[in-house]
Amino acid sequence: MRVVLAEDLFLLRDGLIRLLEAYDFEIVAAVDNAPDLTRALHEQELDVAIVDVRLPPSFTDEGLQCALAARRRRPGLPVLVLSQHVEQLYARELLADGSGGVGYLLKDSVFDADHFVESVRRVAAGGTAMDPQVISQLLSRGSAADRPLARLTPREREVLELMAQGRSNAAIASRLVVTERAIAKHTANIFSKLGLVQSDDDNRRVLAVLACLDRT
Amino acid sequence: MRFRNAGLAAWRGLLLAVFSLGGSIVLSVLTVVSSALMLVGVGLFTTPWVLRGLRRFANTRRLLAAEWCGVRIPVTYRPFPADMRTGLTGHIEKLGHLWKDPATWRDIGWLPVDMTAGFVTALLPAALLAYPLEGYALPAGLWRVFTGTGGYWYGFVHVTGAPSAFGAALLGTALLAVGVFAGPALLRLHFLLAKSVLAPAGVDLQQRVEQLTRTRHDAVDTSAAELRRIERDLHDGAQARLVAMGMSLSTVEALIEKDPAKAKELVAKARSDSAGALAELRDLVRGIHPPVLAERGLADAVEALALRIPVPVETGIDLPGRPPAAVESAMYFAISEVLTNAAKHARADRIWLDLDHEDRRLRVTVTDNGRGGADPAGSGLRGIERRLATFDGVLAVSSPNGGPTMVTMEIPCALSSPKTSSSYGTD
Repeated sequence: MRVVLAEDLFLLRDGLIRLLEAYDFEIVAAVDNAPDLTRALHEQELDVAIVDVRLPPSFTDEGLQCALAARRRRPGLPVLVLSQHVEQLYARELLADGSGGVGYLLKDSVFDADHFVESVRRVAAGGTAMDPQVISQLLSRGSAADRPLARLTPREREVLELMAQGRSNAAIASRLVVTERAIAKHTANIFSKLGLVQSDDDNRRVLAVLACLDRT
Repeated sequence: MRFRNAGLAAWRGLLLAVFSLGGSIVLSVLTVVSSALMLVGVGLFTTPWVLRGLRRFANTRRLLAAEWCGVRIPVTYRPFPADMRTGLTGHIEKLGHLWKDPATWRDIGWLPVDMTAGFVTALLPAALLAYPLEGYALPAGLWRVFTGTGGYWYGFVHVTGAPSAFGAALLGTALLAVGVFAGPALLRLHFLLAKSVLAPAGVDLQQRVEQLTRTRHDAVDTSAAELRRIERDLHDGAQARLVAMGMSLSTVEALIEKDPAKAKELVAKARSDSAGALAELRDLVRGIHPPVLAERGLADAVEALALRIPVPVETGIDLPGRPPAAVESAMYFAISEVLTNAAKHARADRIWLDLDHEDRRLRVTVTDNGRGGADPAGSGLRGIERRLATFDGVLAVSSPNGGPTMVTMEIPCALSSPKTSSSYGTD
């Protein structure tokens, strides 16, 4: 799997390269600034880009802008954005085009190598990987009874939270220590309560959930 | 449009005339009586109360002046010192403070002006629209009533019969024209008159120096307190966690061969410590300079802030450029505090936030539908006010019991031209 990596801190870039190579990823380009990243995204054949939000030269949100621009050019280009902090605002911008293949994680998430690599693979496959913080913030907003979320049971909210992070039913089942059948029942309930038509496509499911949360 | 404006000015002027006459007469009587009673002691207790009422009366006029005619009458009352004593001595101290404030004397001097010239200028827009009605009534037949009584003076026209009654109608038309064209200007004149008495003559350098000294003092104090807080947070938080991590790791070093299972457990603990330290540093950074503010500027930072608040916030943001960095940061934290207050204390379930830049002022209005009753003299709002004052900014709070609460903050500043998006940012 070919990866373009953009991270300006040498130690972290180096660590990520070693981590990804250990899991049989091929690093086709590892850059430390935004112009180089743009060039790499233009020129390289890649399966997924891993991008830090803040990059030189101006240390603002160049990484994110590059990623968004690249996705405008190639809709659905898998991009995993890493940051020291997560903002719903940025999550919303990344998800706005609704074409999937998006990840937005705290840099801390690389601590758990297995989980991180799984997230990279999921994004490359067109799925999503959202930081739990973004999701829980989305879910905790507003207590008004008119919101469809208020109709979910605590267990269903828990399932929705994990689902919105991009996890599969099997992963959620093992996490909550229940059977996959139970999770399937929960998800069906969640979909009907939120008024979403169920589809087989995992990614579409997540995007629909997020879009629904975002609208309210 | 012109007629609507004249009608509006007349109505407002009429209201103003009634309230200003009543208010200024009552307040001047109270002021004189209360001051005289100071000789026998009772006045010492009533005077601060009367002067406070007077300030409120003048402030209402300031508000109306800005709202109705765009006349800005500066508020120049000296704030009470923070370390005011309580009880009787504090009371006398307060009186002394009020007494020495030149703004108090300008308030008192304004009362006789307001009840005479102020009253007339406020009443004129209405009178100029109402009086012509009589001018038209005269030729329509009213003149007959006066033929037996030796005539009637309408303005300077002596009405004795039908021809002179038409003269009265002519005069009425002239007055009506003046009323329609000059009504709003007359109302404005009323507020300019108030401004000429209430605002300090010229730039009061002495006062400006005092104000700058005070705000500089506050600014230094606040930033010193901030540094102390950051030091404490680092010391108790991230630093302590790093120490714990180091200890875990050195224990691992010792155990790794003897007891690999235990060592593995400690490594996991070290990892969770490092995640905790990171989380704490992240919160700390957000409190020093929020990352979105650094990355995107005030408009997006406020958007992001609104998304973080547990209550739905409707934002209307119109900023064509970026304010200076220090102003951005001050405004961000002020907004953050106001939003948190609204979500936490006001029990609001909806908040509206408007942010724009007009007349060289960065202005934000936060309105919530909560239970109101926010105390502008409370420590939270006073703190915001003090921080804004460093930038000559102001805070106004309207929060009647039962709500809604509306907080307005303004900082005078210029905007830099909008940041052109970088070449690689767009395609």
